[in-house]
Amino acid sequence: MDMNFSKEHLMARQLFHDFAVNEVEPWAEQTDEGHRFPKEIVGKMQELGFMGVPFPKEIGGQGCDTLAYVLLVEELAKVCATTAVIVSAHTSLAADAIAQFGNETQKEQFLRPLAEGKKLGSFALTEAEAGTDASGLNTKAIRDGDSWVINGTKVFITNAGQADIYVIFAMTDKTAGTRGISAFIIEKGTPGFSFGLPEKKMGIRGSSTCELIFEDCRIPLENLLGREGKGFGIAMATLDGGRIGIAAQALGIAEGAFEKTITYVKERKQFKTPIAKFQNTQFVLAQMKTEIEAARFLVYDAALKKDSGKPYSVEAAMAKLKCSQVASDVTRECVQLHGGYGYIQAFQVERMMRDAKITEIYEGTSEVMKMVISGSLLR
Amino acid sequence: MGINKKSIFVFAEQVDNRITSVVFELLGKARELSEKLNAVVVAVLPGYQIAELPKDLYAYGAHKVLISDHQALREYRTEPYTQVIAEMIRQYEPQIVLFGATSIGRDLAPRVAARIHTGLTADCTGLRVEDERLRFLMTRPAFGGNLMATIVCPDHQPAMATVRPGVMVKRLPEPDAMGELIPFEIDLTENHLFTKILETVREEGSKKLDIQDADILVAGGRGMKSAKGFEILRDLADVLGGEVASSRAAVDAGWQEKAIQVGQTGKTVRPNLYIACGISGAIQHLAGMEESDFIVAINSDPTAPIFNVADVGIVGDVFKIVPKLTEAIRKERTN
Amino acid sequence: MNIIVCIKQVPDTKEVRIDPVKGTLIRQGVPSIMNPDDKAALEAALRIKDGMGAKVIALSMGPLQADAVLREAMAMGADEGILVSDPQFGGADTWATSATLAAAITKLEYDLVLAGRQAIDGDTAQVGPEIAEHLGIPHISYAKELRIEGDEVIVKRQFEDRYQLLSAKMPVLVTALSELNQPRYMTPRGIFEAYREKQVTHWQRNDIPVESENIGLKGSPTRVIETNPKVMKAPGTKIEEDVEKSVQYLIEKLKEKYIL
Repeated sequence: MDMNFSKEHLMARQLFHDFAVNEVEPWAEQTDEGHRFPKEIVGKMQELGFMGVPFPKEIGGQGCDTLAYVLLVEELAKVCATTAVIVSAHTSLAADAIAQFGNETQKEQFLRPLAEGKKLGSFALTEAEAGTDASGLNTKAIRDGDSWVINGTKVFITNAGQADIYVIFAMTDKTAGTRGISAFIIEKGTPGFSFGLPEKKMGIRGSSTCELIFEDCRIPLENLLGREGKGFGIAMATLDGGRIGIAAQALGIAEGAFEKTITYVKERKQFKTPIAKFQNTQFVLAQMKTEIEAARFLVYDAALKKDSGKPYSVEAAMAKLKCSQVASDVTRECVQLHGGYGYIQAFQVERMMRDAKITEIYEGTSEVMKMVISGSLLR
Repeated sequence: MGINKKSIFVFAEQVDNRITSVVFELLGKARELSEKLNAVVVAVLPGYQIAELPKDLYAYGAHKVLISDHQALREYRTEPYTQVIAEMIRQYEPQIVLFGATSIGRDLAPRVAARIHTGLTADCTGLRVEDERLRFLMTRPAFGGNLMATIVCPDHQPAMATVRPGVMVKRLPEPDAMGELIPFEIDLTENHLFTKILETVREEGSKKLDIQDADILVAGGRGMKSAKGFEILRDLADVLGGEVASSRAAVDAGWQEKAIQVGQTGKTVRPNLYIACGISGAIQHLAGMEESDFIVAINSDPTAPIFNVADVGIVGDVFKIVPKLTEAIRKERTN
Repeated sequence: MNIIVCIKQVPDTKEVRIDPVKGTLIRQGVPSIMNPDDKAALEAALRIKDGMGAKVIALSMGPLQADAVLREAMAMGADEGILVSDPQFGGADTWATSATLAAAITKLEYDLVLAGRQAIDGDTAQVGPEIAEHLGIPHISYAKELRIEGDEVIVKRQFEDRYQLLSAKMPVLVTALSELNQPRYMTPRGIFEAYREKQVTHWQRNDIPVESENIGLKGSPTRVIETNPKVMKAPGTKIEEDVEKSVQYLIEKLKEKYIL
């Protein structure tokens, strides 16, 4: 299914596919096993413009669109979910927040190096007490002369430590609940800004996940992103776009595991017959393929809606809800079809099953997606 | 004297005044073709100070040798060689011209074919003459070796072909065979088409190939028992001009490097010959090698799955069979 | 400095499979790609462009779908793409192909013509040298290194057991081995610009100054009269004999296969 893609989208997909297979896949096992951030791969992607796909050329981007970006994340996730989420958090969270809400100076100063691939971005909302409920944020930003002074700790932050530019959210008025949240841009190296130890994760083990710690961290007043008190809206709008990226990641994980499984069932023989000849195998494959294609429609639809300037919040939520479920279900079935070989590392589906789970959790859990979707139904 | 009947030309490629071995194969084939066509086999020999070479050409089947001995032909260069061969063809009008598909033959033949305006078929693996119509049929692999195409050159003369080395069979040499030597004079003045040779560097003991580029692979698995066990595979690979590869088991055991691992998590290879020694043939290994052209498996377990994909399976002890095989091949090679 | 790079669109022969029942080639679903050696030639041209400045023109002959490899070339960095395409050019062998491409090249200004050594669907390695002959310029094939010095090209030319360092005055044609370099990837931006901002020039029969008896099937000295799938593998044989007999059997088999 290619949704009548334009030739440029088809060729971009081929490029992303070739890059993923040649440059990413050979390292996927090591990235996972060593919990190792794939710096060299990120460096190559930065050189090739992969970190600025949807942004305009005028600001250093590639002048493509959300659909092309989705194809990138999908192709990467087919072979390595870690690499995919690095691109996704950088592009559709950090950079896109600045692209959507930054002023011209901020775009020039922060978006350009992100889009050009000179710097890596990260986005930090979650805190120990504030996951789904953003009103529980405890990080504070206080205006003091020509600076904002930030105090608090963010947790589970993707690209933390590796990224150069961080979009973070802090309370400028704790009494106002979500209306007291503001967004800021902070650079690595700012005094008072440090990182916690890397988390040990079930999947996407090569992605850098750790705490951001702010202790009397002073940043210039100009680093306020958008207006004061508007941070919650900025976070929600940015996450809408981010969810398209995660949906694409989940879709890619499912497809990657599915492709490996198709190859396997044709080769694996039991009772002197390739297991592909057994009806159970065939039915499971048929069901998986159908689920994958349904998921694909949803994520491409959300991307196309974003590109055409239409509302896409609900579509993005549906895409993420469906794709992440499909990723978890498909990878689990793929491991099952591999039998014992699926449980060991050599055939990769074991890793993919572990990687899939996070897509149901981050950038809004599946439950949050259902809240977003039902909210639009019952207005 | 001279050539006054139909002829088949064989380009007698020499490097450092040694005839390249494919030339003898071509002479054998040309002799076979010549009988049906009632033609003479002429070895065409450009070079410098090459008076010693024709006797071998006669021994392997040339009726005549057309020799062009000129300083400009000392080392191969496209233009002077093209001039000589093209001029010989114009003067003697052979029906067929054969070249070895070597890096010289594949450079020279197209330049000559373009100059004299005739067809050229590359990398032939079969050449024959039809029984009745006497058409000259050239067969070559196409489409990445997936198809065999048969090609003719109906309206242009000569039909030219480059022939893959190692395919045609040499005649038993007749050391006393005599033939006619025809000197060929040509004026080779440098023009703008001449390239300059700044340097020639011989590459002794060619570097280790990537296993994906090797034509012959000798692979070992758990059955080789240790890193030292692989030494007999190295000997076999050397005598065959191939490389050593490994199964995952031997890499995991630390006997071999990951770079030479074949299989699902290693490399996919498609050599002409794959000899699997002490490899059981787990599915992850088969995925990386089952496309090989010719697979030999040596394993002591007659039920090992490797035998399902092998063209030839030998049930036996690798440590007994491989050294004997190496010896036997070495003997064949020196004969 | 103007560089023309000859590029062929080829089926990815690694993806070709034989129908196990009919024994025929399965062409459906086989992706078309830029011929790998040609890609190395293009990369060589782009490196010259990066280093000393040059205009790089990608030239291809083929059906209209070959447009895609020229867009790909532009997405990698070529300045222009020219597609020589006309039903009258169809069925050409290497002689007619080279005559047509050479005639197209005469319409352009050039210092250097680069091509891949050979295409993976034909493996002939003939079109490059034949173009050079038609153009009346020298050629150097099997290039594994290449550089420009003044008005000369210096090439490391690979042979089986040696290499030569050759020089030739431009204009000259060089055919590239894949080992010449590691071709760069396209960029997403390059792809979008190649399709949305650039054009592929299309030359038809009447745009090419070549005589009709030298083009297409009619202008081809060779004819393919038959194609057969490669003989399918017979089920293997397994022998359980003593060492001597086993080795002897193997030697015979290797001889049958011309490996010995």
